[in-house]
Amino acid sequence: MIEVSDLTVRFGGVIPLDGMSVTFERGTCGLIGPNGAGKTTFFNVLSGFVKPVSGQITAFGEDLLKMAHYRRARWGVRRTFQTEQAIEELSVYEKVGLIHEQSKVTGSSRREDVLGAIDFVKLDIDPNAKVRTLGAAQRRLVEVARAVVGKPRLVLLDEPAAGLPEEETELLSEVIRAIPEHMGALVILVDHDMSLVSSCCEVTAVLDFGRLIASGPTDEVLRDERVMRAYLGTEEVMA
Amino acid sequence: MKTETGARTEEAPSGAAGGPGAAPGRGRGARALDARSLVRPAVIAVLVICFLLFIPSIFSLYYVDAWTQVAIYSIVTLGLGVLVGRVGMVSLGQGAVLAMGAWVAARLLFATGLPFPVVLLAAGLITMVLGTLVGLPALRMSGLYLALITLMLAGAITVALATINFPNGGNGFTGYDGSTVHIPPIRRPSIATTDPAFFRYSVVAAILMFLLVLVHLRGRPGRAWAAIRQSESAALAGGINTTLYKLWAFALASFITGVAGGLVAGSYRYLNSLTFSTQDSITLLAVVLMGGAYSMTGAVVAAILLKFLQALLNDWGVSPDWLTILFGIGVLQVLTTAPRGIVEQMPKDLARLWRLLRGVAARPAAAREPAE
Ligand SMILES: Nc1ncnc2c1ncn2[C@@H]1O[C@H](COP(=O)(O)OP(=O)(O)O)[C@@H](O)[C@H]1O
Ligand SMILES: [Mg+2]
Repeated sequence: MIEVSDLTVRFGGVIPLDGMSVTFERGTCGLIGPNGAGKTTFFNVLSGFVKPVSGQITAFGEDLLKMAHYRRARWGVRRTFQTEQAIEELSVYEKVGLIHEQSKVTGSSRREDVLGAIDFVKLDIDPNAKVRTLGAAQRRLVEVARAVVGKPRLVLLDEPAAGLPEEETELLSEVIRAIPEHMGALVILVDHDMSLVSSCCEVTAVLDFGRLIASGPTDEVLRDERVMRAYLGTEEVMA
Repeated sequence: MKTETGARTEEAPSGAAGGPGAAPGRGRGARALDARSLVRPAVIAVLVICFLLFIPSIFSLYYVDAWTQVAIYSIVTLGLGVLVGRVGMVSLGQGAVLAMGAWVAARLLFATGLPFPVVLLAAGLITMVLGTLVGLPALRMSGLYLALITLMLAGAITVALATINFPNGGNGFTGYDGSTVHIPPIRRPSIATTDPAFFRYSVVAAILMFLLVLVHLRGRPGRAWAAIRQSESAALAGGINTTLYKLWAFALASFITGVAGGLVAGSYRYLNSLTFSTQDSITLLAVVLMGGAYSMTGAVVAAILLKFLQALLNDWGVSPDWLTILFGIGVLQVLTTAPRGIVEQMPKDLARLWRLLRGVAARPAAAREPAE
């Protein structure tokens, strides 16, 4: 469970998050909003790359904002990025295992974890294959594997399906749905693909201009008038 | 609180010390890979031994000295290659770091009777501390700004060393005596007093430094550096302490460059402020980019460009200015068409040439074919 209260971020004159308050309980939760609404900025605050000017974040009883950014990943804040972050010269095994290496989990438990994560995302490839030899969809799965390896507590997925063809998105959505149960983590999914969001998330929160404008069961939220209005004029057409 | 304990228990089984992770599943290709990975070191070992045995006997003393410089400077270019190629931090201060290493080594060699390898080690360690300070700006800035600030630091260090002078056997902290008429040469290791012997000594030292870097690249720091080069935020999201690993890279580069500085002191035997210039730092970056900052072979190629080519042109009576022009063109070419440097470009060019030659050779046959 993660509780965010009154979170405000300022970049000079831009205020990408303006008093955002939200609670994500468990399972897979959606976070949607038009481009520029502040979704990625919210993830950046959780990862520690961006310091908020005010606000509180409590994750599983711990004050997240007090934690050094590189420690958060070891503690359990994991994420994928909107833009691809493939480290081409590493092998899949090495890349997925980076975080374990840093938190000094060794020996057989490390190997099991890493191979388990590669298996979990249904990557059917030689773990020794270099990342550079993989296709776009496989790289995406490697990113997800990297986000769930070991003991994740909070998995942040920033538009994981962007640019993927339909069948690949289908596979990815199966993987995402399985994360809470298999890995025991809370997942926050940001995506513009509403069918992906509705198939993965029971609850969804909506951001617009850095404010939370709706939250609740996904199907209700998607029918909410304010949400429709927020999306009007953007490239997204609501079902 | 509760969660903190959770994180600790996760770390608990690490008692048996880090070490690179066990290789994942014995894949099909695993055995073939083992055989192949043995061939390369073997070939390199044979080449190195031939090099060690034959260079002093087939080259004149002039060129033996040039090869000594190649061996020494390959350590310097290797260190810069780690910074630029592996971590993505462009430093223009490595020439000054080398000068600091040489100063420290010369001072120790005059003032103490310590064995030469111990002096090299001490020079490496002291330079490591100083050079890491030069790298501190890298924690705050990157790219052009880092390059400029390291260049300015290099300039300041060069000026400072010129003011306090290089040790020449005098007393006091600086070990410089301006009134000395007879300047004693800097001591060499007792097993390597002659030029050919010092050449072999330098090659062995260089090999040790290459192995040290190889161990780093193959291990945890190498993978962390690869992640940082790709993207600092992604590295942080992977739990990598980017501050630590950036400083680690500067520490490693400075250590080996300091050792190289000690070898420079031993090979030149007389040092003065003209031995090192700020421009050296820039030339170093140029040859590293040309040779190939991403590979260890590239470091050797860079050192050959820097020191052997220089000796060759000098021998032929060509002005060294041409070298500067050549490096300028070379860097432009690398930046525009061959970002991975000569080591990766050469095989491609040779392959293209080979295909071209084969095409030419095959043409008469091809021309005959339709006639049949
Ligand atoms: N580092 C930054 N500096 C200045 N403005 C930024 C920065 N990052 C994001 N922004 C601005 O903050 C707003 C929210 O961006 P973002 O969080 O990326 O939106 P989303 O992910 O919801 O599309 C945008 O107006 C964007 O231009
Ligand atoms: Mg975004």
